[in-house]
Amino acid sequence: MPKTIQEINAKIKAGKAVVLDAEEMVQAVKDMGLKAAAEQVDVVTTGTFSPMCSSGMLFNFGQEPPTIKASSVSLNSIPAYGGLAAVDAYLGATELPKDDPLNKVYPGQFKYGGGHVIEDLVAGKAVRLKAKGYGTDCYPRRELEKQVTLAELPYAQLLNPRNGYQSYNVAVNLGSKLIYTYMGPIKAKLRNANYATSGCLSPLFNDPLFKTIGLGTKIFLGGGVGWVLGAGTQHNPAPKRTERGIPLSAAGTLMVRGDMKGMTARYLRGVSFVGYGCSLAVGLGIPIPILNEEMAYYTSVSDADIPMPVKDYSQDYPQGVPRVLKHVTYAELKSGSIEVEGKQVPAVPLTSWVLSKEIAQTLKQWIQGGQFTLTEAQELLPAG
Amino acid sequence: MMADCLKGYRKIVILTFPPEVSGNPVVCVISKKYDISFSILQAQITPRKEGHMTLELCGPEENYKQAMAYLQEQGVRITPAAETVSRDDDSCVHCGMCTAMCPNDSLTLDPVTRRVVFDSDRCTACGMCTRVCPVKAMHADVDMEQLQ
Repeated sequence: MPKTIQEINAKIKAGKAVVLDAEEMVQAVKDMGLKAAAEQVDVVTTGTFSPMCSSGMLFNFGQEPPTIKASSVSLNSIPAYGGLAAVDAYLGATELPKDDPLNKVYPGQFKYGGGHVIEDLVAGKAVRLKAKGYGTDCYPRRELEKQVTLAELPYAQLLNPRNGYQSYNVAVNLGSKLIYTYMGPIKAKLRNANYATSGCLSPLFNDPLFKTIGLGTKIFLGGGVGWVLGAGTQHNPAPKRTERGIPLSAAGTLMVRGDMKGMTARYLRGVSFVGYGCSLAVGLGIPIPILNEEMAYYTSVSDADIPMPVKDYSQDYPQGVPRVLKHVTYAELKSGSIEVEGKQVPAVPLTSWVLSKEIAQTLKQWIQGGQFTLTEAQELLPAG
Repeated sequence: MMADCLKGYRKIVILTFPPEVSGNPVVCVISKKYDISFSILQAQITPRKEGHMTLELCGPEENYKQAMAYLQEQGVRITPAAETVSRDDDSCVHCGMCTAMCPNDSLTLDPVTRRVVFDSDRCTACGMCTRVCPVKAMHADVDMEQLQ
């Protein structure tokens, strides 16, 4: 018997909903079969905690008369985009201070960037706001400088244009020297293979054809409540897929937002990639309603069902060569070693499994506790 | 690592070569003349032609002292390396990225718990993890007594 989201929400409110995390669902479907699992399980929770560069903060810092039309804004010396209304600005996670040495002494350290400002604010720390304006009749002030905390900002939304990539490349280095990438340092001649995503816990692997996720889906974001706004940048609706819909390359993405005032620094961490730059590690969890057997099937995806493409980051990736050396499953990656070109290569994760699981479990507890109900997407993510 | 000389005198040092010395094969000399075996943990020449090298050195203590005296004569600055690395357990997110760079498996990923395990007994304080940890949870603690 198919269920509706309204029926599932009624069970959540009554404290009777059966909620499993996506790893538990793999076992549940094995044990009881699809039909029984679809009947008994109401919601499957997913989770991931990984660097997600297309993230940032849209904020308003309020006026202190005389008023200002801020055209240049920074927080802790990290420039924010001020080409919006008077005291609105957007701070990107990968933004760096103007005086950062970057990669001039290679590899650069990139100690503090936009992602770190976001972490500091969510952790309750005060940051230094500097704003400059050119002065108008209605906004005469030229400069504003003050300490601000997240609580003092009238408005601060995490607004991430691309999060939660559905699958990602496994990065290896076929070249002869160590390279520093956004996938971390990759040693020469196939001595490590760095990979991301949280496998069977990963949100978009559990709804691979986007049957339930879209504009208006309520989610776990950075330790608080957030919303899916739709497809993120670079969303590919129609990649090649396995029989069960898992893409063979990086495919679906999400644009998300959420009120930063409800978030915690445990799930929003500024990160520094040596030789590459700064970013923000984001905690993201999406509840999948088990409306029918089809959704029970999709959410039973196991690590062994997820093939991921191995790519060379010494030549191929920087030169835009689309060559895939091979596909390996997430289960193989998780075993700690994969075979590439006849060589055993240590597999190294960038996504924290520990925190991904914690997020899926936290979301499960929120739903079981009746404080988090599901929403119906108003427009599903495009799927080909 | 340098298992064959574990019973000998063992030190990790950071050598700084001024530009006029950075082209000379002084490390080769300490190996041949003073019978010091070495393992290069890190080496770099900056755009200003200054050389930086972190070496794990092993050999009889007397030879080690003579080798250090020789390096100083050559104008090489010697700094004992930070001898301990510690982890801020509250900060570590257990991603696992450090495990790729750790040269002696003192940082490993537990296959069951998926947590990064730090075995400080195995750590030689090469400092690689402190450079690559994306959340800066690994810290090198300098032994001040040694530096004096």
